[in-house]
Amino acid sequence: MDALDGNAIGGLLIDVFGAEMTAATGTCGACGDTGPVAGLVVYLKAPGTVVRCRICGNILMVFVKAHGMTCVDLTGMARLDQPGAA
Amino acid sequence: MSPISRGFRGRRRAPAGQEGRLPPGQYLTEDFPVLSAGPTPHTPLADWTFSITQGGATEQSWSWQEFRAVPSEDVTADIHCVTRWSKFDTRWRGVSVDTLLDQAGQDAPYVLAFCDGGYTTNLPIEDVTGGKAWVAFDYDGQPLEPEHGGPARLLVPHLYFWKSAKWVRGLALRDHDAPGFWETYGYHMYGDPWKEQRYAGD
Amino acid sequence: MERTAVRGRLTWQAATVTGLTPETAAVVTITLDPPDWPGHQAGQHLDVRLTAEDGYVAERSYSIASAPGEPLAITVERLEDGEVSPYLTEELRAGDQLELRGPIGGYFVWKPADASPLTLLAGGSGVVPLRAILRDRLRTGSDVPARLLYSARTLPDVIYRDELGQHHDGVAVSYTLTRAQPPGWTGHTGRIDAGLLADAAWPATAKPLAYVCGPTSFVETAAAGLVGLGYPPDRVKTERFGATGGH
Repeated sequence: MDALDGNAIGGLLIDVFGAEMTAATGTCGACGDTGPVAGLVVYLKAPGTVVRCRICGNILMVFVKAHGMTCVDLTGMARLDQPGAA
Repeated sequence: MSPISRGFRGRRRAPAGQEGRLPPGQYLTEDFPVLSAGPTPHTPLADWTFSITQGGATEQSWSWQEFRAVPSEDVTADIHCVTRWSKFDTRWRGVSVDTLLDQAGQDAPYVLAFCDGGYTTNLPIEDVTGGKAWVAFDYDGQPLEPEHGGPARLLVPHLYFWKSAKWVRGLALRDHDAPGFWETYGYHMYGDPWKEQRYAGD
Repeated sequence: MERTAVRGRLTWQAATVTGLTPETAAVVTITLDPPDWPGHQAGQHLDVRLTAEDGYVAERSYSIASAPGEPLAITVERLEDGEVSPYLTEELRAGDQLELRGPIGGYFVWKPADASPLTLLAGGSGVVPLRAILRDRLRTGSDVPARLLYSARTLPDVIYRDELGQHHDGVAVSYTLTRAQPPGWTGHTGRIDAGLLADAAWPATAKPLAYVCGPTSFVETAAAGLVGLGYPPDRVKTERFGATGGH
């Protein structure tokens, strides 16, 4: 099963963050790799959505929908800057 | 309430007469969906081991040859994924976890299954003993494919299938029930499909 | 009129299906009339949601095939064992309602004000958002030169073939057929590789902007190939579909 990329969770990210985030810049907390969220590795077909660093495989984001809410875990992400942020 | 999509049939329910076999909220599938949270690991069999650990120490370990020399059995079971698909009469071959724990000669109230790729899941010891769980290496008469958890996965059909950890490499015996991967992100600690225990608090 | 990417929450709306046009044996373009569409940018996608009578819900994402300002359209490939695509390509009729939300995406978008030469690499149904880019280029009167390299299994699998065959100044389209070619085929054959890219893509010295879209394995190979040609990685935009198309 092939992984997708951050483009595939564009709608989910708007639900969670209230803004377009695929062009946001993320920094991996494990290896420091920095790049657009659109470039991250996304596993959609799971009990939750798992987003990993393309370079080191570290888990950066996990989304689980339960009881009508989406739980978000971003602890693997060192930084997440809005598109156009300084 | 969303508008109904005219003519969209979605997934199947159970055939007539078999409705009682499908847990609440589940749909029947003919295929075998592949769900994953990460890349498929490929551990060479020469490097593969299965271990029973306790307190960080390895109590017993089997190489692939040793593991395959342990008596195994055929298992036919219905399986239920928390993402709502169920599959009836899946056929496996594996080593009963009872056998592995007996050989290790250890006991504890809980286990944490650990796997290649870092996946973990927690279970009470009663749910992996008494003929309820296996370390399975064949599916449908063939060696278990990597995308489905091969060379070996845990098989615990009476619980939601996220507990049947793919690419399993061992069981850590524990005094306390600590959440594994999905349990940490909000999935139920136990996961009984008949009580629809999908998420924490269900 | 150009609209920026959506801000705030996305809401579902029921769009009326206004038309269904077969593109190939397995591919259909669906035109839609949503009651409250805010406009979009070429490259963006929308989410579709189907609800069965028993409450079962399935959602998928599809790239928008139309350019901004045109009637909204998506192009869907029917997958053998798909759950949603057979419904959209075989059951759906004009007049039906289709729940959708969008537009979505702020990274894999083309802005007509961008003056960079365009390298567009399409794998199978990955051509859909790239076609929207080419249509937007035409509609806005942009004169940036564009090169589309489209990889498909066979010639009958090529989507939008007549449209892509029309000559437009500044647009060069080439194909590579990976599984079978018609007699007398003079285009490329086989999967994309460094040689093919050196032929068909803009050289890095032209400072091009690349959009690569298709199945994951296609995108990885093609994008790596452009980087190998000297494209800075941030000048190669990628969008991966599932192994068999769509999200």
